[in-house]
Parts: sequence; structure tokens; C-alpha cells
Amino acid sequence: MARVLIVTDRSDDLLGLARGLEHAGHSVRFGSLTEVAALRPTLAGDPPKPPSVGDAHVAIVDAAKDLSRGRDACRAYRFAEIEVPLLAIVDPDSVDAVGPDWEIDDFVTDAERTGELLARLRLAIGSQVLDSAGTIRLGDLTVDPESYQVRMKGKPLDLTYKEFQLLLYLARRPSRVFSRHQLLQEVWGQDFYGGTRTVDVHVRRLRAKFGVEHESMIVTIRNVGYRLDAERSR
Amino acid sequence: MVERDVDYVLRTVEERDIRFIRLWFTDVLGFLKSFAITPVELEAAFDEGMGFDGSAIEGFARARESDMLARPDPSTFQILPWRPDARGVARMFCDIMTPEGEPFAGDPRAVLRRTVARAREMGFSFYLGPELEYFYFKDSAGTEGLDAGGYFDLTPLDMASDLRKRTVLYLEQMGISVESVHHEVAPSQHEIVLRDDEALTMADNVMTARLAVKEVAHEAGIYATFMPKPIQGAWGSGMHTHMALYEGDTNAFADPEDELGLSKVGKAFIAGILQHAGEMTPVLNQWVNSYKRLVPGYEAPVYVCWARRNRSALLRIPGTDRRDDVRVEARSPDPACNPYLAFAVLLGAGLHGVAENATLPPEATEDIHSMTPAERRAAQIESLPEDLFEAVNAMERSDLVREILGEHVFQYVIRNKRAEWAAYRAYVSPWEIERSLPIL
Repeated sequence: MARVLIVTDRSDDLLGLARGLEHAGHSVRFGSLTEVAALRPTLAGDPPKPPSVGDAHVAIVDAAKDLSRGRDACRAYRFAEIEVPLLAIVDPDSVDAVGPDWEIDDFVTDAERTGELLARLRLAIGSQVLDSAGTIRLGDLTVDPESYQVRMKGKPLDLTYKEFQLLLYLARRPSRVFSRHQLLQEVWGQDFYGGTRTVDVHVRRLRAKFGVEHESMIVTIRNVGYRLDAERSR
Repeated sequence: MVERDVDYVLRTVEERDIRFIRLWFTDVLGFLKSFAITPVELEAAFDEGMGFDGSAIEGFARARESDMLARPDPSTFQILPWRPDARGVARMFCDIMTPEGEPFAGDPRAVLRRTVARAREMGFSFYLGPELEYFYFKDSAGTEGLDAGGYFDLTPLDMASDLRKRTVLYLEQMGISVESVHHEVAPSQHEIVLRDDEALTMADNVMTARLAVKEVAHEAGIYATFMPKPIQGAWGSGMHTHMALYEGDTNAFADPEDELGLSKVGKAFIAGILQHAGEMTPVLNQWVNSYKRLVPGYEAPVYVCWARRNRSALLRIPGTDRRDDVRVEARSPDPACNPYLAFAVLLGAGLHGVAENATLPPEATEDIHSMTPAERRAAQIESLPEDLFEAVNAMERSDLVREILGEHVFQYVIRNKRAEWAAYRAYVSPWEIERSLPIL
């Protein structure tokens, strides 16, 4: 299920909500509203360092008690071009203030009623991040062995079965170096005919599908073999 | 293993909401054929194959034996990147079977599979890297190009560079690794170089790449063509093909100790292709128009010879910085060939040379074009067939090509190419009218 980031300065008040979300299978992390709001874009001076949502699938900004700080936090996230849905909690008396300048995907007015927030979450996230338990996450790459789904920055990659098996093998043991022979034996099996060149061409096909930005995630170790490195993107 | 492949495809179709699966196969002349099935039919297609009427396909069956089955190869499953993301369309290459469940003799993929299996028996795997040249034209009615650019030109108005970029993106999304892509010598001529891959996959890749190039051009409202020589007096389009045999992990062509860097296998492979070069020409250059490319002056091969540097040699050994990684480049194939059959005859003739331990003739010198025909005869340098007629005659006498292609495909190619030649021969061309009418 989804990893939810709640940005608030009153996390104690929202523990009930957090528990409700966790009960529904989501995991919850809190972030500081003051800190994120301070990173809003301003006209003067150097642009601030954009805030990050980390590995969260969705961010919820708590604007119920501090409307302007809430709006600033939402705009800071949009300025940072975060790629996850952005929701806000707004006090029912302040709903009038919510406009397109907030650039949010949706809002709820009552943080007490977990049901509504869960429904909004479902709609916002859709089916895109309902990973199963065994999902492997390495930088921008996610590999889900249950559903055979591979995503790069949330975008699905179409792999053939062999490409998938090879990637899964490397992804389960990130940063470890494997020789071509090891990979051939582990992924293709003993009775496979053909040399380790097969490994090279499959790595090549994977890199092609990763695209220019991420192709260097599969690192060639000269005269040895390959390893998968989550940090190597550009 | 195959069952897990199938399972993977079935799951992907479901997860990705694929609505149609295109079943691809290739007719004997190298045209891509396709019919679509829906996901509910997929499991049956894997189990039993999908029936279709083979009599409608060039080079397949006569009417009385027209029932064919297309059995998709799950390892070739790919979502088509030029179709919408949601409710997508995927493709798989198929092997064609008879109703009795035997591989169909007229299926080019089966021909290549057979030759690859022969290589395997001898302990080799075969890797290829082709370079596809093609032209962009305004439409298919004429040869009006997009630019007046030359080799590697990059101008701000170079629309073609966007088209090439898009093509590469599509190919890479389908797992086809592209080594380079650039403007070629002639105006509006371009080239995509594919990184080497195992022979059967590469033939599939060539079919996919030709479609992707045409698809991207079509999206932009223009036309892309692989016709070997569309413009008289300009460079033609070839498909230079880099070849290497591997024996386990080692390049079987390489011998770092040898003066040329070539192993015994490498030398015999080259000799084998040279010995059978003429008779395999109707497969590598199958159209009347193909022979208008194989003329002196445009870096297309004319003589049956090999060399290290000379780019008009039939076979070339490109220089590399690695002595343990040697390739042989066949320079005569053109991109309008059937890649399955082309790769099969190249491999088959090379292996024949290896099996017979054929002797490598001397390297061609630079002055081969300036020699007189008599001098070339004395040096035992033959020419490639000058036209389709001569080529088909050479092929008809070839036991080797007959064995590689199998009787069905062999006979079909001969019949089809004889018919093409007969139609061409009877055609009175503008050239004759222009030259002869005023004086005769």
C-alpha cells in the first residue's frame, strides 16, 4: 500500500488519523510544515532548495490550523515539481480560500473522519503504487516480483521475461558485483547453450529500456561483470 | 521454462491493460505480416497456435494446403511504443506451423532457426550488427528529399534529426539497442546502426526497426524507404552487416597471434562466403533495383573479394582496438532483403567454409577497380552478378543455397524472381525512349 507523508506542525493532533491510515495498510511519516513552507518560491533572492517528499507516494499538507503556511507548503512542493499527488487538509471555515494558486490535487475538510481521507487517497493514487510486499525499490527503480511490474520513476517498463529475471536477480543484491558466468548460471540455468555474450546483450537491452537518464544504473565492471547501482543516474 | 515465459506474458497483458496482441511473421520476400488477437485468445494461441489462411501470404502455401498456425514466441513480447499507453497494443513474433504441428518449411524464421541450430551443433553462436540505410521522402510518389544535407550534417532545420531521435527512442523502449544514428552521404539519406545481438533476435529487430522507421515517418506525414537505389547518381542504401562467431565466450574469428588477427575459423568463414557469394546474391539483393546499387563509384561492392580497409570490397575486416574481438563486415546486403534469409545464407555459407576448411584468397589491393577485366580474371577476382537475371541463374545451380533455404523457399524465390525479371525485361523504360527514339 502507499507511503503517506503528512506535513504538519501538530503531529500529536493527527495521531488518530495516522493510526487510521496505518490500519488501512498505509505507512505514515510526518514532516515539518514550517520547514517546507519556508522553501516556497519567492520573487527576490536565490531560489530556495526545493523540498523533497522522499520515497512517499502521496503528500498531505495540513493547512487546517495555519492556512497561509499550508498554502506556502503546497506551492513549495509544486515548485519542486514533485511527482506524487498533493493533498491538503483545510478547515471547513477556510475552504473559501482554496483556489488554483494552491496547485493541489484534492483536499479534505475533516481530518477526524479517516474514511473520507482514505477515499481521497485511493482516488489520488489510483492503482499506480499499490505495491505488493516484496517490491524492491532502488532509487528511481521499482521491481515488483509478484506482479512482474518494473517501474522507472513511476513509469512502467516493458521487459521480456529474461530481462525481468536478470534485473530481479541484480536488484535483489544491489551493489554486488556478479561475473557474467555467475549471471548466466543463476538466470539462464545450467543447461543454457551459448556464452556469456548472452548476458551482455541482455544488459544492453535493459540499458536501452532504462533510457539515457538511467542506463548507467547497470555498471560494467571491466573484465569482471555487472552490478546494479541505485545512485548512478544522471 | 517456456511455460513461465507464457505466464509472464499473460500477467503483463493483464497488468498493463493490453487490448490487442499483434501476431507478427514475415513472408518469403521479407514483408511483415500481422493479425491481431484479443487477450482472451492469447492462451489458446500459445497452446495451439492461431489459425490463418496461408494461401494469402507470398511464398507460403498453395490453396490446397492453406491452413497454417501462427504460434507466438513469448520471448518476443513487446508493447508497441507508438500506440497509446492506456489500452495498449503489444506484438509477438510467431513461428509458423503446419496443422500437424511441424515447423512450416516456408517460414523464414524457421530457415534461420535451422541454420543457427547447425552453428550450435558445430559449437558456435552467431552475432550480427546491421547498419540500416534509408531515405526520407515527401511521399511515396517521388524522391523529393527533406534536405540537401551531406554526411553527418546537422542544421537547425534538420527535421530528420527529430525523426531519427524518435525512432531511436521507440526502438530502445522495445529493447533494441542502437549504437548510432546519423545523416548519410546522400541528401535525405539516414542510417541506424544496431548493436549486435544473436542472429534470430537480430532478424526480428531488423523487421521491427524497418517498421519503426516507417511508422515515425508516417506520424510526421512523410515517407521512409529502404529501396536500395531510389535516386540515380546518388548513393544507394545498403545494410552493411557486421558478423562474429562465438565459441562459448571467445570470439572465434580472433587470433591475436595471427598477422591479420584472424583465426583459422575466421579465415575459413570469409572464404566460405566468398566462394558462394554469387549464388547467394538473390537473397541479399533480391530486387531488380538492388543491382543498380551494386555499381562502381558509390562504395558498394562489385567484386568478390575481401580487404581490411577498402570499402568497395564485398567483405571487410573493420579495425578494432581489441585484438580479441574481430568482426567481418558483409557490405553487399541491402535493407530491402528478408533479414532471416539473408542472415541464414551468410551464416550457412560461412559455416560451410569452416566445415570444409576453405582457404582464404589473398587480400584485395586498392587498385582492383583500375584493373582490366582480363587482369581481374587472371587474379581470379570474380564480379558479383550484374543483374537479377544473372543472380538467379547462379542461385539455381547452388546446392548450398538450396540446402540452407530448404526446397520450398528455394523454389519460391527462384520462381518469384524469374517473374520479376520477366516483367522488368518487357518494360520499355524512359531511358530507352530518351536515348533511342530520337536516333532510330
